[in-house]
Amino acid sequence: MPDLKFSNAEPDESERLLIDALVDNPPIIRHSERVVHGGVRRAKDVRHLLLPGLHLLNNSKGWISPGGLNYLAESLRVPPAEAFGVASFYDLFELEEPEGDGPRHHVCVDPSCAIAGASSYAEHLRSQGHSVHESPCLGQCERGPALFVQARGSAPIDMSSGANEEPQFDTTLSNKLLQRFGNVDPTSLESYRESGGYQALDRALSLGSDEVLKLVTDAGLTGRGGAAFPTGIKWRAVAEHHGPQKYVVANADESEPGTFKDRMILENDPFALIEAMTIAGVSTGCFKGWIYVRGEYTTAAELLTSAIEQAYDAGLLGEHAQNDSYSFDIELRQGAGAYICGEETALFNSIEGFRGEPRSKPPFPTDSGLFGCPTIVNNPETLLNVLEIVLHGVEGFRAAGTRESPGTKLFCVSGDVGRPGLYEAEFGVPLRVLLAAADTPSSEIRAVLLGGAAGSFLGPDQLDVPLSFEGAAASDATLGSGAVMAFSKDADFLGIVSQLAKFFRDESCGQCVPCRIGTTRQHEVLLQIDSTGPNSKQRNLLADLSLVMGDASICGLGHTAASAVQSALREGLLGEPYE
Amino acid sequence: MSNDHVSLVINEQPVTVGAGTTILEAAQSLGIAIPTLCWAENLTPANVCRLCVVEAEGARTLVPACSRACEDGAEIRTDTNRVAQSRRMVLELLDSTNDLSQSPELQTLIDEYGADSSRYTDPATPEPSPKIEDDLFIRAYDRCVLCYKCVEACGEDAQFSFAISIADRGFDARVSTEYDVPLPESACVYCGNCIGVCPTNALQFKTEFDLREASDWRPEDQEVTETICSYCGVGCTLELHTQDNQIVKVTSPADHSVTSGHLCVKGRFGWEYLQAPVYRPPSDP
Repeated sequence: MPDLKFSNAEPDESERLLIDALVDNPPIIRHSERVVHGGVRRAKDVRHLLLPGLHLLNNSKGWISPGGLNYLAESLRVPPAEAFGVASFYDLFELEEPEGDGPRHHVCVDPSCAIAGASSYAEHLRSQGHSVHESPCLGQCERGPALFVQARGSAPIDMSSGANEEPQFDTTLSNKLLQRFGNVDPTSLESYRESGGYQALDRALSLGSDEVLKLVTDAGLTGRGGAAFPTGIKWRAVAEHHGPQKYVVANADESEPGTFKDRMILENDPFALIEAMTIAGVSTGCFKGWIYVRGEYTTAAELLTSAIEQAYDAGLLGEHAQNDSYSFDIELRQGAGAYICGEETALFNSIEGFRGEPRSKPPFPTDSGLFGCPTIVNNPETLLNVLEIVLHGVEGFRAAGTRESPGTKLFCVSGDVGRPGLYEAEFGVPLRVLLAAADTPSSEIRAVLLGGAAGSFLGPDQLDVPLSFEGAAASDATLGSGAVMAFSKDADFLGIVSQLAKFFRDESCGQCVPCRIGTTRQHEVLLQIDSTGPNSKQRNLLADLSLVMGDASICGLGHTAASAVQSALREGLLGEPYE
Repeated sequence: MSNDHVSLVINEQPVTVGAGTTILEAAQSLGIAIPTLCWAENLTPANVCRLCVVEAEGARTLVPACSRACEDGAEIRTDTNRVAQSRRMVLELLDSTNDLSQSPELQTLIDEYGADSSRYTDPATPEPSPKIEDDLFIRAYDRCVLCYKCVEACGEDAQFSFAISIADRGFDARVSTEYDVPLPESACVYCGNCIGVCPTNALQFKTEFDLREASDWRPEDQEVTETICSYCGVGCTLELHTQDNQIVKVTSPADHSVTSGHLCVKGRFGWEYLQAPVYRPPSDP
């Protein structure tokens, strides 16, 4: 057990109180003035409080002071250099005292919000004297230009641009996952139960875990976060581990540009996520669940906090819940502005109080995940499907969708469309039909970016692609997270593609060479392309960068960082070569 | 075949190794060379440089040989075009970013793989401003390729000081103390183990830095003398690098059973007394 050396920076009284309230009775044994005995053992128990502690410090003053960070690090026995390394990883944390004391205004500048007028909106805010930070996608594409106001001196407040305060969702094509949207009060457990909530858990308990695992497997449910991994295989792998600690993690760090479905699920149906996680827990022998929600989703976090509390109060969570039929706890963690933390192993590191750098796989999370224990990681949309499957059985679930892609899917439609919003549709629905539902004539469309920044562009001749995993794959595309961004003939595609490249450059964790430098060089090359389109040298560079990022990066961010760029070149969106 | 051994094929050569053996180690046992940068025999593989990637049959992407354990029945290729392309690009990307002029091994690989960093127009690069905070060593982070070796040597792989970490993110990621405070104010104990593992000379003895600045750094004229550190009873082997009969740096062999290449501040830097004029009091009559 090594001793740790801390700096001489002292916290002020308010910072000291915040940290003392977070960390129970820190028994610090000082050897000399700044050396603390015994670093690592204690850190293992409490280091996961580092991220919440950084939030407290940053929220209280608008930045994390050396004294505050030092005191937090000392209380948690985390080396101060590592605590600084973690704090500096996240966009929402400031490590230098900001000028003025106004809130920080994050304005989304990614494609859909750019079309909705983000740059003039940012100018407008600046002219009013606000501090404006150009942000990656804020997950409010249906009501762009999106704004997230990060207050100082109090808990952050979430404010949309105000254009569309009502949730924009559409159930005309299908209405299973969205059935409670607008019909159930997201602040009330009672309202959720009246609408049939917690019937799925009761049924799961009466079926038993083997039967639930069989249902989820036979239903053919696959992950809705982007990778489409079979959920049943994941659950069974964790169920077959018999160690003392296993976890269920709901990955609500939704940050893929153009994606806002999980935010809308959390804001409209938070109890459904809690119920589905509980089913996952009791069916696989996990006693603890974590919800990791992205830092910018403060409304969702508040609703979830309240929902979790109500579930505990009603005896639906906790030890010996529901007359001792199961034990299941849920803890909420908020991210702090890092797309990469949606990568499952980066998410583990983030919860554990380390930098959100993806781990090498194998080992896979089902063997060694959060805190090194077997872990199920599912997207909120995936988990919502479990309720459907448990209630309506395999046949009921498979009645919708295609054979390879059963069920329904949430599509986040934004960009140059008549009615941006969240649309539920059966897998296999043609893209053209989805666009029509969003009041968007196909004749106006020059390209659709399917799957977000990590997805690819489809041209006007591909609008009949069936939106299923196999249908998209046949068009060399991916459904990804369900983002559907449509662009008209007038769109500035070079600008859009450069912005997507900038997104990856900004969001790369920086760990591996292909992604850290490759995303930077890719963005630079795109900025150097003029209106005549890329020349052959630039095309070759982009192709070589695509190859090394796709082949040699550690994680999916690097693997897909060139996908949209390459598809834009294929579709001729950046102009023809002039050589 | 027992459970503690696995059999695989590398470049069509069959090999049987102990379970847990990495592809890199298995390849080395066959005499197949795989280039590495962030790997070192005395550190946990960080597996971040991606120079050691190889092709594994059935894998969607290339896999890092330095950290990937051999699987039974695996078919590995280290010599394909695809592998060479990725390695060339990794070298090219590094060369477009960092000053690699003091990394002869990387220069050799750059030539071997035909990496051409002149293809990039106005690439972003880190600031060339060495941090000189004391008389012992300097940090020139424009040469830093972020291999994580120094962070590991400072932390759980050797010293347990945790004075440095990776800070910030993406292209701005860098090795840093908390709030970039100078090393003397940090938890640094000046063991110099970070210098010992640095592959690009981003970290170097102040003596070496001064000689290079004076254009008087002459490796060809240097001698290496092995000795045992005289400070305590552990018995660390020191390699004294001398030029013109002056010590210019001190290392320890990475494969040494006592040190694994790591030293403490006394062994690493405590040699001034060897070169100072010795004062002897007049002897009693």
